[in-house]
Amino acid sequence: MSKPKIMTMRDSFIGTLCDRMATDDSIFFLAADLGAPALDRIRDEFPSRFINVGIAEQNLINVASGLALEGFTVYTYAIAPFITMRAYEQVRVNLAISSQIRPVNVTMLGLGGGVSYQVSGPTHHCLEDLAIMRLLPNISVYCPSDWVTAAALVDQTRSISGPKYIRFDGKALPSFQDRIDIDIMNQGFRELAAGNKVCIISTGYMTHRAVSVAEEIGNVGVIDIFKLKPFDRVRLMETISRYKHVITIEEGFIGGGGLDAAIGSMLTDERSPVTLDRLGFNDSYVFELGSRDYLHGLNNMNNASIAARVRKLDNQ
Amino acid sequence: MRPTIDIQTLRDKAHWVRRETLLLHGRAPETRVASSLSAIELFVALHYTGIMAFDPKNPRWEGRDRLLISKGHGSICYYPILADLGYFDSAELDRVCLEGSFLGGIPDTIIPGYETINGSLGHGIGVACGMALGLKRKMASNHIFVIAGDGEFCEGSMWEGVMFAAHHKLDNLTVIIDNNKLCMLDRCENVMAVEPFDQRFAAFGWETRRVDGHDIPALLDELTSLKQRGANGRPAVLIADTVKGKGVPELEQDTLCHIRTLTPAEISRATGGDK
Repeated sequence: MSKPKIMTMRDSFIGTLCDRMATDDSIFFLAADLGAPALDRIRDEFPSRFINVGIAEQNLINVASGLALEGFTVYTYAIAPFITMRAYEQVRVNLAISSQIRPVNVTMLGLGGGVSYQVSGPTHHCLEDLAIMRLLPNISVYCPSDWVTAAALVDQTRSISGPKYIRFDGKALPSFQDRIDIDIMNQGFRELAAGNKVCIISTGYMTHRAVSVAEEIGNVGVIDIFKLKPFDRVRLMETISRYKHVITIEEGFIGGGGLDAAIGSMLTDERSPVTLDRLGFNDSYVFELGSRDYLHGLNNMNNASIAARVRKLDNQ
Repeated sequence: MRPTIDIQTLRDKAHWVRRETLLLHGRAPETRVASSLSAIELFVALHYTGIMAFDPKNPRWEGRDRLLISKGHGSICYYPILADLGYFDSAELDRVCLEGSFLGGIPDTIIPGYETINGSLGHGIGVACGMALGLKRKMASNHIFVIAGDGEFCEGSMWEGVMFAAHHKLDNLTVIIDNNKLCMLDRCENVMAVEPFDQRFAAFGWETRRVDGHDIPALLDELTSLKQRGANGRPAVLIADTVKGKGVPELEQDTLCHIRTLTPAEISRATGGDK
C-alpha cells in the first residue's frame, strides 16, 4: 500500500474525465456555475465542450438531454440538492421517462452530499437525493466513498447508457484501496472488513466512520455500497448472509427511501433471518451549527453511537 | 422564397385535418381538442410545403429537421397528419386512447414522429437548445422547430431556455408560439400576462416575427424566410396569433374551452353533418 492520499472525489473524477475527453470528442461537460480545481483543466483544454449554463439547474438538465438525444455523452455538474431537487421534474421527464424510449447518456454529478457543507444549513445539506433518485425508474444511482472509486466511475458511466446520478462528498478524503477492479465496480459494493456476527453497511462518507468503528472494535464487517441502484443482489445477499445482524448508516433520512430501504426491502424479499438496524438522520432538518462529527452526534450516528449499537448487537 | 405549392391545396389539407381532429376527439373524448384546433395551420405549413425535412419511413433519419412539440396536449391534430404522411397506418387513428394503442391522450416519443416527452409543459425550449447546440457542433445544417403554447411561458424554465439560446447564438432554432390567448381557466392576460412576446423576446436578443397563425400564405412566407435566415447568430420566434377552438363556434366563444369535451351533436355540426 502506498501512503494514503487525500483527494476530493470530484477532482479525481473530473481529472480522469478530462483525460478521456482528449480521445472521445462526444463528451460534453455542463456546469450550473460550479467549479473545481480539476474543472479548470477542462475549461482550458476543451472550451467548446464545457458549457456553464449559469445558475439554472432546470435548464442544465434540459440542455443536457437535448445534447444526449443528438448522440453526445453528457456530464452535468451542480450542488447536489439543486441538481436533484430544483431540477427533479426535468430529471424525471427528460432523463428517466425519455431514456426508456430513446438513448440518453447523461450523468448528473451532485457535489456536497449529506452534510458535507456542514455550516451552510438545510438548503445545502442533501439528505434526500439518494432516496428520490432511487425512486425514478431507468436511473442508476452511485454514492462513492473515496476518490479511487470516484475515478473508476468515469469509465463506468461512459460505457453504461442511460441516465445516472453520482453523489460526491464535498470533502477531501483518503482512499480505502489503491485500485478497484471492474467486477467489483459492476457489482456495486465491496466488503472492506470481514466480521463475525455484525456487519455495518454504509455508503459515501459514512463508510469512513464504519471502517473506523470496525477497526476500533474488531471482528466487525463493513460493506461499502457505492452503487445504490442497481447492485448485484445475489452477491450482496451471499455476503450479508454470513452475518446475524446488519446496521445501515447513511447521511440521509432514516426510512426515507435511501440505503436502509434498499437493504431492508432486499432482506424482506429474500425472507432473510438477518436483522436490520438503521442509522441516519432523524425526520427533521438540521439548523444546528458545528462540525460534521457534532451534527452526526445529534443524530446518533457519530463513532461512539455506532460503536454502542454494534456492541449491543454483538452481545445479543 | 416561398415554396411553389398551391395554397388552396394547403387550405383543403387544413380543413381535412380539422375535420379528422374533431372526429378523433369524438372517438377519444379524453383528448384536448380546443388547443389542437388552434395549431392546425402551423403543422400543415411545416409538413406539406417542403419547409421541414423529414422521412416518415425513417423517423430518426439523421438529416431530418427536428420538431419539438412543447405543448404536447394541444397537438392531437398531428395524429392525422402523421398517419397521412405515412409514419403509421391510418387505422391507428381509430384506436386513440384504447388499450394497446400508442396514440394516447397526450403524445409521447413512443409515437413515430415525436421527438420528446411532451406531457409536462415548459421543457421544449431547453431540450431544443441542447439539440441545436449538438447539431451545430456536428456541423449539421438541420433546423430545430419548437411549437410552444403561450400559456406555457408562465413556466420559468422556458425563459431559462430563451436566455441560453440567445447567449449561444442558436440561429438553427425557431420557436413557433401558438398564441391562442387562453390557458385552462381564463385568458392569459387575466391569469398571468405573457405578452408582449415581441418585446420580451427582442429584449433577450431573439429575432421576432408575428403572423396570423391561420393565414397559410403568411405562415409560409415567415417560416420559409426564418428557416433560410442563415447564420445570423440569433434564435427566432414566430408569434402565431391563433384562435383556440378554431372552426368550432362553441369552443371559440368559451374561455373554458381547454377542458371542454364536445358532444356528438357538436362534432357532427362542426364536421358538416357526417357521423
